[in-house]
Amino acid sequence: MEPILEVSNLSKNFGGLAAVSNINMTINKGELVGLIGPNGAGKTTFFNLLTGVYEPSEGLIELTIDGKKKQIGGLKPYKITSLGLARTFQNIRLFKSMTVLENVKLAMHKNAGYGVASALLRTPKFYNAERWIEEKACEYLQEVGLYRKRFEKATNLPYGEQRRLEIARALATDPVILFLDEPAAGMNPQETDELTKLIYHLRDKYNLTVVLIEHDMSLVMTLCERIFVLNYGQMIASGTPEEIKNNEFVIKAYLGEEI
Amino acid sequence: MAKQLYTRTNMIWTAIVLSIFAVLTLLMQTGMINSYYESTLFTICVNIILAVSLNLIVGICGQFSLGHAGFMAIGAYVAGIVTRYIPTYGGLFIGILLGFVISAIAAIIVSVPTLRLRGDYLAIATLGFSEIIRICIQNMKITNGAAGLTGIPQLTTWPILFLAVVISIIICTNFVRSVPGRAAIAINDDEIAAEAMGINTTKYKVIAFVIGAILASLAGSLFANYFYVLNPNQFTFNKSIDILVIVVFGGMGSMSASVLAAIVLGILNMYLQQFTDIRMIIYGATLILMMIFRPQGILGTWEFSVDRLLNKMKRKKEAV
Ligand SMILES: Nc1ncnc2c1ncn2[C@@H]1O[C@H](COP(=O)(O)OP(=O)(O)OP(=O)(O)O)[C@@H](O)[C@H]1O
Ligand SMILES: [Mg+2]
Repeated sequence: MEPILEVSNLSKNFGGLAAVSNINMTINKGELVGLIGPNGAGKTTFFNLLTGVYEPSEGLIELTIDGKKKQIGGLKPYKITSLGLARTFQNIRLFKSMTVLENVKLAMHKNAGYGVASALLRTPKFYNAERWIEEKACEYLQEVGLYRKRFEKATNLPYGEQRRLEIARALATDPVILFLDEPAAGMNPQETDELTKLIYHLRDKYNLTVVLIEHDMSLVMTLCERIFVLNYGQMIASGTPEEIKNNEFVIKAYLGEEI
Repeated sequence: MAKQLYTRTNMIWTAIVLSIFAVLTLLMQTGMINSYYESTLFTICVNIILAVSLNLIVGICGQFSLGHAGFMAIGAYVAGIVTRYIPTYGGLFIGILLGFVISAIAAIIVSVPTLRLRGDYLAIATLGFSEIIRICIQNMKITNGAAGLTGIPQLTTWPILFLAVVISIIICTNFVRSVPGRAAIAINDDEIAAEAMGINTTKYKVIAFVIGAILASLAGSLFANYFYVLNPNQFTFNKSIDILVIVVFGGMGSMSASVLAAIVLGILNMYLQQFTDIRMIIYGATLILMMIFRPQGILGTWEFSVDRLLNKMKRKKEAV
């Protein structure tokens, strides 16, 4: 087990509110990790810190790639994405003026391999790169089962499909770690089931490490190998699904409300 | 490269463009387009370049710029001054290139600090910028101050201008259908998501802005060398608004719409010249009615596409 992401003493304050406070966490390469907690626990804020949307108030986020460790806390989101972290959004953020295919193509930006001059002058490099982008984007769409809808406007898709498109789009950035913020929200049980299989499949095929936030307990418990529990910005427990199910703090803070 | 250039779509486009050129040239030579109509035609062409380039900034990238006249002024005065010393096509070429360099530098200076921020800071910065340019022109010796520059050689011929219009449109449409262009559109759609997809938002906003500024400078250079007199009052805030009106009237984000709107408003303006008293009232009323009944502009975001037309014809044939 080699660590890929190490978070130490990570905090984020909004004015007087400690949305995330003093979190320590190590995520290993290839793991499927779940992040759970009641509403407002700070899960999305934690993702936003890791992906550069917010700058940490305190603490370090260290990413290890090819044996090299790099502090990524406070970097710009596009830099973090280019280092291999990709994400989906809880409140879906697809590009509304674009088709399904264009949404995915856009995310392949960093490996496009041509610049503005090639684009304006339409050099052979441009045509070759565009062909490659198109093929590759279609491949990602096939993975999530949206290939046949590639020419539709992204925002015209049903909710569940929009969530899967967000996954395809994140995948298209060629990540090493994939962060999914409530990927099953709004899905019916059958869709959730398919999503579980999809996440397994993508993890294996693309050698990903997956971190997901989810309220659907059955999904988290079947899918995740390790689970972290947040409450009021603090980590109150971590462990295997079995351990989490039987942890009294978790039951009190979170599961207890559900049962 | 050859293979991809000689596609059916590109051939049809070439045919369309050449026929338009041939027809207009013929009309000019036979005198059907007299010198009065000709100046309208040239104004429309200059406005097309200005509108598509501003559309790139405002419509595609979603950055509000109020300083397009400033960049046009740079191109106009630089080319005007250069061609007064070197009154040849070579001089015009040098003037245009020098205009590109200066307007690009100015665009970078204005946009880099403001486009890093979210929000409409660019509007204020560009507004200030174009006023500064105008005041500089008004007070410099080389531009002949408020009296204006006269005796600029008339080097902008019809083929040169037409070519410039075609190239400007191609640059803007090529930009839109490319990685940097899609990045600009994504920024306009959702800046946070765009950034999360690996897009350096500042970089692409600046690139679109600089391309727009360079094309505005081109329009200015050609304008100066056709109308052969320049004065600072041609490049006030009103001029920037005029260009913005064409973009909004046509439809934000659609290049075909900017072309169409430049033509429609150009012709409308020409006919209204005779009614000097009520000209601005009718013009203003047209715009207000437009905004009430069709706020998305004449064409909205619709774009003319030969590919789509071909597909439609093919389907019709198959149906028969
Ligand atoms: N930009 C912000 N400014 C101020 N407060 C914020 C901001 N973002 C989040 N918060 C607050 O931080 C806390 C944690 O919010 P967060 O969105 O991270 O919760 P969450 O665990 O993702 O909840 P949910 O399950 O509802 O998505 C909440 O109290 C929220 O109101
Ligand atoms: Mg959340």
